[in-house]
Parts: sequence; structure tokens; C-alpha cells
Amino acid sequence: MHFNKMISGAVVSFIALLQSSAAMAEGSIDQTVNEAFALATGWFVNLIFAPLPGTSFPWIVLWLVTGATIFTLYFGFIQFRAIRHSISLVKGDYSDPDDAGEVSHFQALATALSGTVGLGNIAGVAVAVSIGGPGATFWMILAGLMGMASKFTECTLGVKYRNEYADGTVSGGPMYYISKGFKEKGLPGGGFLAILFSIFCILGAFGGGNMFQANQAHAQISSIVGDYPGWITGIIFAVIVFAVIVGGIKSIANVTEKVVPFMGVLYVAASVIIILMNADKIGWAFGQIFEGAFTGLGVAGGFVGALIQGFKRAAFSNEAGVGSAAIAHSAVRTKEPITEGLVSLLEPFIDTVVICTMTALVIIITGQLTTDPATGLYLIGENGRIITADGSSGVALTSAAFGSALSWFPYVLAVAVVLFAFSTMISWSYYGLKAWTYLFGEGKTTELVFKVLFCLFVVIGAAANLGPVIDFSDAAIFAMAVVNIIGLYFLMSLVKVDLNSYLSRLKSGEIQKFKD
Amino acid sequence: MSTKLIVGLDGSEPGERALTHAKHLSKLIGDCTIELVYIIEWSPYSFQTPEENAMRHKRREQEIKLASERVITPALETLKSEGYIASGRVLHGDAAELLNKVAVKEKAQQIIVARSTETGIAAKLFGSVTAKLVMSASVPVTVVN
Repeated sequence: MHFNKMISGAVVSFIALLQSSAAMAEGSIDQTVNEAFALATGWFVNLIFAPLPGTSFPWIVLWLVTGATIFTLYFGFIQFRAIRHSISLVKGDYSDPDDAGEVSHFQALATALSGTVGLGNIAGVAVAVSIGGPGATFWMILAGLMGMASKFTECTLGVKYRNEYADGTVSGGPMYYISKGFKEKGLPGGGFLAILFSIFCILGAFGGGNMFQANQAHAQISSIVGDYPGWITGIIFAVIVFAVIVGGIKSIANVTEKVVPFMGVLYVAASVIIILMNADKIGWAFGQIFEGAFTGLGVAGGFVGALIQGFKRAAFSNEAGVGSAAIAHSAVRTKEPITEGLVSLLEPFIDTVVICTMTALVIIITGQLTTDPATGLYLIGENGRIITADGSSGVALTSAAFGSALSWFPYVLAVAVVLFAFSTMISWSYYGLKAWTYLFGEGKTTELVFKVLFCLFVVIGAAANLGPVIDFSDAAIFAMAVVNIIGLYFLMSLVKVDLNSYLSRLKSGEIQKFKD
Repeated sequence: MSTKLIVGLDGSEPGERALTHAKHLSKLIGDCTIELVYIIEWSPYSFQTPEENAMRHKRREQEIKLASERVITPALETLKSEGYIASGRVLHGDAAELLNKVAVKEKAQQIIVARSTETGIAAKLFGSVTAKLVMSASVPVTVVN
């Protein structure tokens, strides 16, 4: 009864929001809604993104990087020690042929990657290098490498403490490992943290994993075909998302899931081609990256400015420590949860160290960032950003960089942005759903309520210019990391026991490859 | 030592013809075991949504149950009632690769599959499986028309 009331209350508020967003789409921007929302949630956003005293460094970024560094040290640089074994696991060398037909390590990795590879890799990196200069790339790579240890820890726990139901389906993620793990260790507060995580996860799924994506996809489409009301994009997207997550139309999801990796490969291939076309500048570009990393080369805030941008972008892009990937990876049925952790550590590597670096290199090497010929330092505009060749920033900057070498690529990029946004939505609809069912229980009706709400948010996100709502949902995603990393600190000793056992059995030959 | 024949079944009429041929050979050979193999095409390198991943184990069980109930079990019952020695299995993976693998593992003398005469995607798939099997198999392959 209480639940029904809550749902009807929620639906009424969403209709109100929808109406307000429709009003905005018509051009009469509903300032009141924005302002009311900003007033109610602003404190939370400010708290999450608050800078450390006396700096412009958001504490949440330091929180993620500190976590990543602690996990890296605690597990003895597992990301470097085990990367060859990780690749072997993804190739299926250690997969039991009798388990054929179950989710493979490759599939779990690909699914998790399609949730993280997206706008962060294309637009976010452009922002990072235009504010922090080429040096930001160095810090971004470093943060990506460290983040691999965070992913390893959370994904191992995701598989270890997931729920398996009688009908064979599984549910896993930080809410499960925090509540079960804390109980196992006799620690108090696990239930509370798990609920807190679930709330942030639902908000993050509606916001960063949905509205932000729909909003940016619309922006990208309208930049190509001309301006038109956002609700049109929103309804088209919502119908497709509805068909996939409610209607179970597998074919759409299958097409996306196949096209997205192809787009990812195409993106990297195009980057490599452009880099090779400018082969004579490769040495110079790396010189700029290293020099900028420690001197800033004139960017606002000097090398600290470069460091902040690099760290921030890596953390925002690969979601290491956020806990979302732990939900995706927990579907793998394996007798050794460690193996899933080892596979997942490839994710920040592919997302940040490979894809983000490619974006940065293309922007640098195609000369999008303007320098003063006399001093060699970057020219800074009034907004504190480096002046770019055509004055663009974000996706437009990346698009201009690729377009300067391959004139047709901006169109491919537009398709890629839309597809990445769509696949991120599908992934986050699942992450949100798992948090939702953790709070309200498993069941067809409860699931349907969430899925319908999710589709409504697609329309709102595409139609409205809800800046404060998007700020809030971004803050919610990073609030997930606050709860998750606290949980990981308390539970990492459990992972270490499993890791040591696994590695010793691997060394002794007890665990062997199945393929010849 | 008993001779072993591997028969690839897919629940279609051409598959039945492969089985008929295997029975004929079995009679001629005498001491012979027929191993029925039903393969559900599956790749560990395909792409799936998180929800599909979470449902995968359940789906796999259903697929195996369905294939056993509809194809393998009835075929085995008929074979046994007719006096043949037979066994069967349902596997997930690449059909050509797995048929060969089973044949090698079971030390079989021959693999018998059908060449589909039907049109459409299923026929196309079955046809390409046959071609791949003929080219890569480690034991003799008979393709029944």
C-alpha cells in the first residue's frame, strides 16, 4: 500500500516535470523548476564537488585516486603483475568447455565496457586537454592505470557476494557485497551503506546514465541536422529503450551491442591513422605531454591544473571505484571470483589508457591547441581555456580534430556518440534496476515501474535544459563512489585471501589452461 | 572394439536423413554405437546486454532441456527400441568445431551430417557448418543429401 502511494506520488511528480520540460522545449524556459531543484539539491552537488581548501581540486577526485592508489599498493601492483593472465582469461584459455553457453569473461568485459565507453572518452577528454593542456594526458593515463586496481577489487567482490536465485538468475553489485561482506566480518552499518548506495545508484542511473546521455545525443544530432525540439529525440529514444528493456526486443539490443564495439574499434583505428599521418609529430606530441605534465606549459593553474584535469577525466570516464561495473560483472558464473576481477581490470586500461589517450593525441597532434610562436606556451582565452584552432570545445573540438585529417569522420563520430549514449543508457537501466530491486524486492511489477520511469527520464533528459538536475545526477554517481570505496576498504582483505589462494594454485599448476 | 558413428542432429528433416544413413551403416558394421549430437550455436565472443548476461544461466538450462526433450530423447528412444546402441548429448558452441571435437574424443570412425536442401537462414547456417566440418574434420565425414 505504502509502496503504491509512493509510486503514484513519484508518477505525479514526473508528469509535472514532463510538463515543465515540454514547456521548455517550446522555448519558455521554466526557470522556477530549475531554481527550485537547484535550491533543494545544490548543497549536495556542492558537497560532492567541493574543492579541497585553498585549491580548485575536487575532494571526490582525490578520494577516487587515493582509493585507486591504496588498492594498487595493497594488491602489489596487481594490474601490472596479472595483465597477461587477464588477457588469457578473456581469450577463454582457462574456461571449462563444460561451461560453454554461460556468460564468458569476454562477454562480461564487453558488456561492462559498453556502459563506460561513451561521451567521457570523446567530449570529456577534449575538455581536459583544452583546460589542462597536453600534460593532462599524462595524469589521465596514470589515473587510468591506478583505477585498474579499484575495478579489480570491486568486481571480484561483485561475483563473490552476488545473489543467485532458484530460477538461475543473478543479482550482484556493491549493495550485495557491502551488506553480506560486512555481516561476514561482523561489522556494523553494512545494511545502511547498501541502502545508501542503492539510492545513489538509482539517482545516478536516471541522471548521468540516462538524462545526460539523452541530452548530449540530442545536442549531437541537432548539430548535424539542424535545431529541432528535444522531446522528439527523447520520445524516439524512449520508445527504443522501452522496446529493449520492457519489450525485451533483443534484436535492437543485439544490433547496438554489436555496432558499439565496432564503433569503438573504428574510433581507435581512425585515431591511429591520423597519428600515423602525422608520424613526424609523434615525438613532439609526447614531449608536450611529458613537459606539460610537470610544467603545465602555461595552462591555467600550471602543472596542478593539468593534474586535476587528467585525474578528473580518468575518474569520470572509467568509473573505477564507482561500483557500476561490479553490477555488470556479477553475472558471470565462475568458481573463482578472482578471475572476474582480473578480467575487469582491463576495463580502465581500454577505456582510459587506450581510448581516452587516442582522443588526446589526435587533438594535440592535429594542432587544435594554439601556441604562442615566440614562447612556445599555450594561448589562454578569457575563460581560462586554451584557445583552439576554430574556437570549439567538447565534442565539437574532438570532431574538428578528426575532421581536419579525415573530412568524413565527424559524421561517423556523430553516429558513434548517439550509439554510445544509447548503450550507456541500456547498461545504466540495468544498474539502476538492480539497485531498485535491492530496495523494493524482486518482482515483475516493481521492475516494470522502474523501467517505465527510466523511459520517462529519457524524454525529460532530451527535452529539457535541466542543468541542476544533471549536476545532481552526476553528483549521485560520484556519491556511489564514496559509499563503495568505504565498503572496499573494509572488504579488501577478503579479496586478498582469495587472490593469494588463486595465484598460488596458478603457480603450482593446479589451475591449468583448458586449451592446448 | 565397437565402431562409433557421430550423427549431427538439428531437429530438421535432413537431420533425420543423416540418422537413417547412420542406422543403415550401423547394421552393415554390426558392432556399432551411434552418438547423437545436438549443437546450440553459441559464441563466447558475442555481445550481450547486462540483463541478458544475468538471465544467461537460466536460458542455457532451458535451451538444453528443450533440445533434449524435442530432439535427442525421442531419437534415442526410437533407436533403442529398434535395437541400436546409442547415446546423445546437447552442447553449446561452434557446430563444426564441436562435432569434430566429440569425434576425436570418442575415437569415432565417422561423422554423419545432412546437407540441407531448404532455403533460408537455417539452411544457410547448416550448409556452412557442413562445409566447415568437411574442410576441418580429423575423421571421415559423410554428408547425406
